[in-house]
Amino acid sequence: MTLHTPGPESPAPGASAARLIYARPEVLRDRSTHYCPGCGHGVVHRLLAEVLTELDLPAHTIAVAPVGCAVFAYDYLDIDFVEAPHGRAPAVATGIRRVRPEAFVLTYQGDGDLAAIGTAEIVHAAARGERITAIFVNNGIYGMTGGQMAPTTLLGQKTTSSPFGRDAALMGYPIRITEMLAQLPGVTYAARGTIADVGSIGKLKAMIKRACQVQMEGGGFAIVEALSNCPVGWGMTPQQSIEHLKGPVVEAYPLGVIVDRGAVAQPTHDLGCPSPAHPEA
Amino acid sequence: MPWAPIVIAEDHCKGCELCVTACPKHVLALDRSRINVLGYHPVELTDAAACTSCAFCARVCPDAVFTVWAAPREELQR
Ligand SMILES: Cc1ncc(C[n+]2csc(CCOP(=O)(O)OP(=O)(O)O)c2C)c(N)n1
Ligand code: SF4
Ligand code: SF4
Ligand code: SF4
Ligand SMILES: [Mg+2]
Repeated sequence: MTLHTPGPESPAPGASAARLIYARPEVLRDRSTHYCPGCGHGVVHRLLAEVLTELDLPAHTIAVAPVGCAVFAYDYLDIDFVEAPHGRAPAVATGIRRVRPEAFVLTYQGDGDLAAIGTAEIVHAAARGERITAIFVNNGIYGMTGGQMAPTTLLGQKTTSSPFGRDAALMGYPIRITEMLAQLPGVTYAARGTIADVGSIGKLKAMIKRACQVQMEGGGFAIVEALSNCPVGWGMTPQQSIEHLKGPVVEAYPLGVIVDRGAVAQPTHDLGCPSPAHPEA
Repeated sequence: MPWAPIVIAEDHCKGCELCVTACPKHVLALDRSRINVLGYHPVELTDAAACTSCAFCARVCPDAVFTVWAAPREELQR
């Protein structure tokens, strides 16, 4: 079927123009990603591109990319990037924050990156109240390396390194690291959303936006955990992985804002405050 | 030529079908007669007139394949 492509350009005389409802944000480069079909990283990239655009941040942003499937985030998002060693994005971001106090500083990390090898870095960046925003994509697995168990893997979940399912007696329990971080007074904002359906995607976007605004307003550390899928690592079709996400994953990792200590409002893009502003404990 | 409220960047489509399940009007389907540059069957709009421009497809798609337009008034009146 050949369909006429709509556009706002030159409607017939007397006719009204088509109204644009949704378009790919320009910050998300117009190229195909290496992500598997149905992978939630693509949704989180798009939401981040939308939020940065809406807050007029792309030109002010220095992002730190992880090791993990999102290692090529710098190829997809048209913002400045630094690539960190595995798990060290919060440490690299801390360095950037100290030398570029005016920049908007962002980390993008997976669960293997943030909650396993990089646990010390994220905990101490949060404890210091570093004025950075962390985007944490939790798909409960090491996607990039072939689907091994992560600290976030659900009990009973089969992975290539827990072929009979995760057994608490042998392998311990899943970590709710965002709740752990939220206890620290240096954390201004911590929330968990998911890419599981249209409604949740809207809420996740609002969380990402708030986590960015906190930094713009001079607040401390902000983190948004996005519960995501890994259809390939989970051994599921994309649709099955979405159902799994809505069921057992959301049950193990409750959705919502965990803490919002409220940054002092400064209606400006001038982020030129050299030390992180610490909210009251 | 019929008017279509969505534009599909079909060479970015990976055939995951998440948009197919998210579409409340059930007007998206994979075109199994074709293969795109990535090697997947791309999604197609099966009934342009039934599409409401709700953009659910655009919001769930991990590959930012959709651009969504609301129809000009003339089209809605037809
Ligand atoms: C220092 C170091 N140790 C181990 C690895 C191997 N490695 C690459 S990615 C990865 C896990 C990534 O998992 P996650 O952060 O959850 O990202 P995902 O791919 O699931 O998005 C590991 C262990 C590495 N690259 N560097
Ligand atoms: S392995 Fe998993 S996390 Fe990595 S791109 Fe594929 S689906 Fe996404
Ligand atoms: S959600 Fe996107 S990538 Fe998946 S089938 Fe639909 S258009 Fe293609
Ligand atoms: S805009 Fe809404 S009705 Fe139209 S194809 Fe997309 S999801 Fe379906
Ligand atoms: Mg992971």
